[in-house]
Amino acid sequence: MARTEVITPVPGTFYRRPDPDSDPFVSEGDAVAAGDVIGLVEIMKNFQDVEAEASGTLVEFLVDNEDAVQAGQAVAVIETS
Amino acid sequence: MRVLVANRGEIAVRIIRACRDLGFESVALYTDADAGAPWVRLADAAVGLGAPKAYLDRDAVLAAAEGCDAIHPGYGFHAENAAFARACEEAGLRFIGPKPEHIELMGDKAAARAAAARAGVPVVPGSEGAVASADEAVAAAAGSYPVAIKAAAGGGGRGIRIAHDEAGLRSAFAAAAREAGGAFGDERLYVERFVERARHIEVQVFGDVALGERECSLQRRRQKVVEEAPAPTYDAAALCAAAAELARSIGYRGAGTLEFLVDDATGEFFFIEMNTRIQVEHPVTELVWGVDLVAAQLSGTLPECAPRGCALELRLTAEDPERKFMPSPGTVTDVRWPAGPWVRVDTWLEPGVEVPPFYDSLLGKLIVWGPDRATCLARARRALRELRVEGVATTAPLLARLLDEDWFVRGDFHTTTLEEWLG
Repeated sequence: MARTEVITPVPGTFYRRPDPDSDPFVSEGDAVAAGDVIGLVEIMKNFQDVEAEASGTLVEFLVDNEDAVQAGQAVAVIETS
Repeated sequence: MRVLVANRGEIAVRIIRACRDLGFESVALYTDADAGAPWVRLADAAVGLGAPKAYLDRDAVLAAAEGCDAIHPGYGFHAENAAFARACEEAGLRFIGPKPEHIELMGDKAAARAAAARAGVPVVPGSEGAVASADEAVAAAAGSYPVAIKAAAGGGGRGIRIAHDEAGLRSAFAAAAREAGGAFGDERLYVERFVERARHIEVQVFGDVALGERECSLQRRRQKVVEEAPAPTYDAAALCAAAAELARSIGYRGAGTLEFLVDDATGEFFFIEMNTRIQVEHPVTELVWGVDLVAAQLSGTLPECAPRGCALELRLTAEDPERKFMPSPGTVTDVRWPAGPWVRVDTWLEPGVEVPPFYDSLLGKLIVWGPDRATCLARARRALRELRVEGVATTAPLLARLLDEDWFVRGDFHTTTLEEWLG
């Protein structure tokens, strides 16, 4: 099992849901495909998708919903088989 | 008087300066992301709120106002929140803005439209409320095409279809109804006159006094980029009189802006909405009318004033025009602002400042005055040449190109011109 980190290219506020009333994009333990949106980063009132970089199982989020994140920070871990 | 400045960035600096001119004390707010920001140093006192989003925390802001007599909300954050304005008054604080009921009235699109109609101010012709069927849509169009079909839950240009005749309207209605239900979960649709070449012209009011217009058609993603006064190719006297009448009819208090859509082909104007606050581009009016609008808000009185010449505002934002306007937060390593005759800079930027990713991208505004538009543009070009910002990407190169465009120099533009030009 290889572990891949999902990195946000931009700094800002991390969100796990498309909007406050919706379900999270993914939950820990869910299967994801490369390119799936797993979260959003709000940067200066713009929203940038954070996409899974590999297919596998999203085993862990490294930041909470609405946490401040830095550019290049790992926000989640995907286990690939 | 002691005033809590419930905002950040350039408008916080602006309000603190007006307080100082009036001999009022000011209390600034900051979050962890804004610790060490210039407005914190400029104010007489400052209160830290913590997390980046805490400017929006009503209770924390009200708690920070302890010992203050008034709260100035600036623009954004709490500025157009009637519940916040009421909470201020209940806490014994003067809310520097309109009465809460006017924030509510103008914040409700249908109520604002009805208030305008009652005051005899034209609104965009169209259906009164939602249309339930294609037949109703056709009746609302009343034979006057093109029309726009808009989803009630849309906004920002989403969910809009244009029809050029009755057949087009019938098919567009069916498609729009399907799309509205799916995309927005709300199938209500409105029909409205579609203005192909529209200008966005707004009127600054203080109480029921109209302080002329501002031409704000140059927008990108509904954000204004350049504003000027007077409107270069449109006589806005009737529009300004209508704005004053609407403000008078509701008994409006203090500074506000009424936004109008002007049909470039016919010259007709239509009220769209009212912003019940000070606006980013207020200095344009200040330079033409020789008046301090923020001081007028704070003191509650507008001095005698009259217009003279032209003013232009250029908004400098932390976005990279070379990279699809990618936001560009970071550390400002160097900044040189222009100076010299008839140039004003409203900003919070200085060397070493950190531009956080959490807020609006506005870094500052260059505002220039001239006795005529040509002189004003020459001074704007001179000011931009002197400007230098290092460390974060800015829209300065784009603004410089814009000032040299023929269509801009001629004043020949409308609300989609800037985006078309950007491609």
